[in-house]
Amino acid sequence: MAEHRNPPKLQDADNRFAPIKPLMSNTMAYYESSRCLFCYDAPCTIACPTSIDIPLFIRQINNGNLTGAAKTIYQSNFLGNTCGKVCPTEVLCEGACVFNKMNIKPIDIGRLQNFATNSAILTRQKFFVVPEENGKSVAVIGAGPAGISCACQLRASGYMVDIYEARNNPSGLALHGIAPYKITNEEALMEVEFLREQFGFNVFYNTRIDSKEDIAVLEAKYDAFFLGIGLGSSTEIKIRGEGKPNCIGATEFIEEIKTRPVSTPIAKRVIVLGGGNTAMDAASECARLGAENVIVAYRRSQPEMKAYYFEYDLAKVAGVRGMFNLAPIEIVGENSAEGVKFIRTETVNGILKEIPGSDFVIACDLVIKATGQAKQTSLFANISGLTLDEAGRISVNGATGQTANPGYFAGGDAVNGGAEVVNAVAEGKLAGDGIHEYLSALI
Amino acid sequence: MANLEINFAGIKSPNPFWLASGPPTNSGYQIMKAFDQGWGGAVWKTLGVPVINVSSRYGAINHRGSRVVGFNNIELITDRRLCDNLREMEEVKKYFPNHAVIASLMVQTKQEWHQIVNDVQNAGADGIELNFGCPHGMCERGMGSAVGQEPAILEMITRWVMEVAKIPVIVKLTPNISDITEPAQAARRAGANAISLINTIQSLVGVDIDNFVTYPVVENHSTNGGYCGPAVKPIAMNMVKNCAQHPLVQIPISGIGGIENWHDAVEFILLGASSVQVCTAAMHYGFGIIRDMTSGLEQYMDSHGFATIDQFVGKALPNVKHWEELNLKYSVKASIDEDKCIGCQLCYIACEDGAHQAIDLNEDKTIRTPRINEENCVGCNLCSLICPVENCITMVRKDDGTQHQTWKQRTDANNIPVTFDDDLAGGLGHTIPDPVKAFGKL
Repeated sequence: MAEHRNPPKLQDADNRFAPIKPLMSNTMAYYESSRCLFCYDAPCTIACPTSIDIPLFIRQINNGNLTGAAKTIYQSNFLGNTCGKVCPTEVLCEGACVFNKMNIKPIDIGRLQNFATNSAILTRQKFFVVPEENGKSVAVIGAGPAGISCACQLRASGYMVDIYEARNNPSGLALHGIAPYKITNEEALMEVEFLREQFGFNVFYNTRIDSKEDIAVLEAKYDAFFLGIGLGSSTEIKIRGEGKPNCIGATEFIEEIKTRPVSTPIAKRVIVLGGGNTAMDAASECARLGAENVIVAYRRSQPEMKAYYFEYDLAKVAGVRGMFNLAPIEIVGENSAEGVKFIRTETVNGILKEIPGSDFVIACDLVIKATGQAKQTSLFANISGLTLDEAGRISVNGATGQTANPGYFAGGDAVNGGAEVVNAVAEGKLAGDGIHEYLSALI
Repeated sequence: MANLEINFAGIKSPNPFWLASGPPTNSGYQIMKAFDQGWGGAVWKTLGVPVINVSSRYGAINHRGSRVVGFNNIELITDRRLCDNLREMEEVKKYFPNHAVIASLMVQTKQEWHQIVNDVQNAGADGIELNFGCPHGMCERGMGSAVGQEPAILEMITRWVMEVAKIPVIVKLTPNISDITEPAQAARRAGANAISLINTIQSLVGVDIDNFVTYPVVENHSTNGGYCGPAVKPIAMNMVKNCAQHPLVQIPISGIGGIENWHDAVEFILLGASSVQVCTAAMHYGFGIIRDMTSGLEQYMDSHGFATIDQFVGKALPNVKHWEELNLKYSVKASIDEDKCIGCQLCYIACEDGAHQAIDLNEDKTIRTPRINEENCVGCNLCSLICPVENCITMVRKDDGTQHQTWKQRTDANNIPVTFDDDLAGGLGHTIPDPVKAFGKL
């Protein structure tokens, strides 16, 4: 029995897609910030990929210096508001909070971070003074979290920065690939605009950089390059029937539902293939949109899922059912997908094996593939000297973000293969410093 | 089963918890309600020639999520007519003949004192408290703390009262004085039956930093108030102890100042109080807190084998000494329970920056439990006080208990540092890091 109505009424949708980390009130923020111990060499800060001085900004909130708190956050992380919302805080800062060791609820760091940054964005605080341009320019490919972060850091060092973005919007996955109950498009866009206003980088939308010619034009114009191009479309699983129109990729699905009206009916029976956080998001959103029966099918066992436990919990609460040790072998159906044929699996001596003769079909009206995203190999091939690792990721110097082609730097999903927004922000900023160091040494 | 009844200088009360003179005892209605819920007594909001009060009147200190840890008021004595108060007082005594009703009084002339003492006696009051403590407003008119700060005048007025008093008289003292025992002795000399302390401490509770005026704000201005609430308890307890230990005071003491639970009350009693008075906590939480107070006190007395309050009044007094009488050979060192440690490292930075650099971090940063450097640990307690985990850091005795040497003994034996660079300096032998090592260290 479905928990939700399909299609949802507007007000139902508001409830089902209400933010899971809503903005705190002043009183909540005061009491929550009062609890922070102000640990020395704080574990939360150590756990943060961008090393935000968390005890400091919490104390600033507690002592009524909200602007100072936001400044502390933005000095370490240019996408402080986005990260406060979409970070898996349960396994990062909040997971490291010492209160966990006493079975006391950890400090609600993500929401306190949003409390401070949201206020700064709404009141248009200016935290950064951009120095006079130093005469050098950098092209950033991709306006996702890595690219934006790199651009801000470069502007802070006086470089002219142009960002080239294939889509018509910035923010990358934060905008297109993250569930709306984590962050809305308005929120993601507001922060990028807040940054653009004070850093003054240029963004060229609908400008895909792909061909050798594109690269040549840029190379003639800029002194250095940052590749923050993320990942491509969802990977194929290479099974029969995959090409059917109602067998789609998870990132494409999430992107679509973030832009279409909620009143669009969704399939009654949905099977999501995969066991990562994106699979959970896609499944959870189907259930919230009123699909009657949503199954996440993963080819390995439940403990082996890459999804965080709290993401699976969130999906289950929405009505999603998890099925494990099921490998898809065929998308069945005449012209459209009518079901998925699975075969049972087991792990023997660490090797996943299919159990012969155990195949069966689960009927469905929609198949969502959440088995990863492809690498943007076509662009890589057109940049001379880039080297990729065995997984197709750009190889970089971990301390500077510099690729094998010294004028090119990279960060984000294209380098790490697909991690959190906060990792992309950290890598973008690091590469900004790397580019500055590189160009300064050229003089 | 513990018996909570007291006989305080002749005033009988079913338990030692009295409401102090203040807003909660402004009317018969409030006092009846308090008695109904279990309070043993109430000191009526100070009676006198009625005043006209201002609005606003109170200010408070909040500390990291705790509201009203300190409280400040600029309210004066009763603004109600004496006849109304007396009528209600009679009414309360009719319903609660066995509860203590004490009339707090503040007037100016001898004639007024005589008249008002007679009035409250006729209304059935069980005792009288002379308000010589109020440090705001009334003192500008020569009353309240203006009297409490002048022992000779306090003594004179108390004598006026004693001339006509047929019921026990308590003199309420102001803490706004350098030696609290002086007015206490004056009260004793004048024949008062008891003293109560402390009244509020003259204070400015805060400043509105945008409008440049202190709190509480009356239009664009403010004035000093009287400070009370949990934050004043340590000051009050020290003054109670000073009076209780003084050989020329030796009359019953009603303890006041920041009491909000049974534990606070026990502390005051152990330091010499034989009744306690509560105002701020009742203003904060209502009269219902009395249920926790009486239950906790009973539990404490039962677990310690005290049948009556008298059995432990002043029991801590013999152990409160002068510094020079403390044993210099006693030695404790901090000890961290690794199983309880949550790795906040607050003890490390507190000792490193605020004490004696006696706590070290592990070289392996993934191990967050700090280590005590016993050689440098002076046993100051700081780490154990700031540690957020109950009983994680304890202070463990290290000397064998056989040696006893006080500063007084060392002074008598000419065995103390007397020159600036004396080799007898106590800190000699502690490892103090080189000052330049401070650079660049978080």
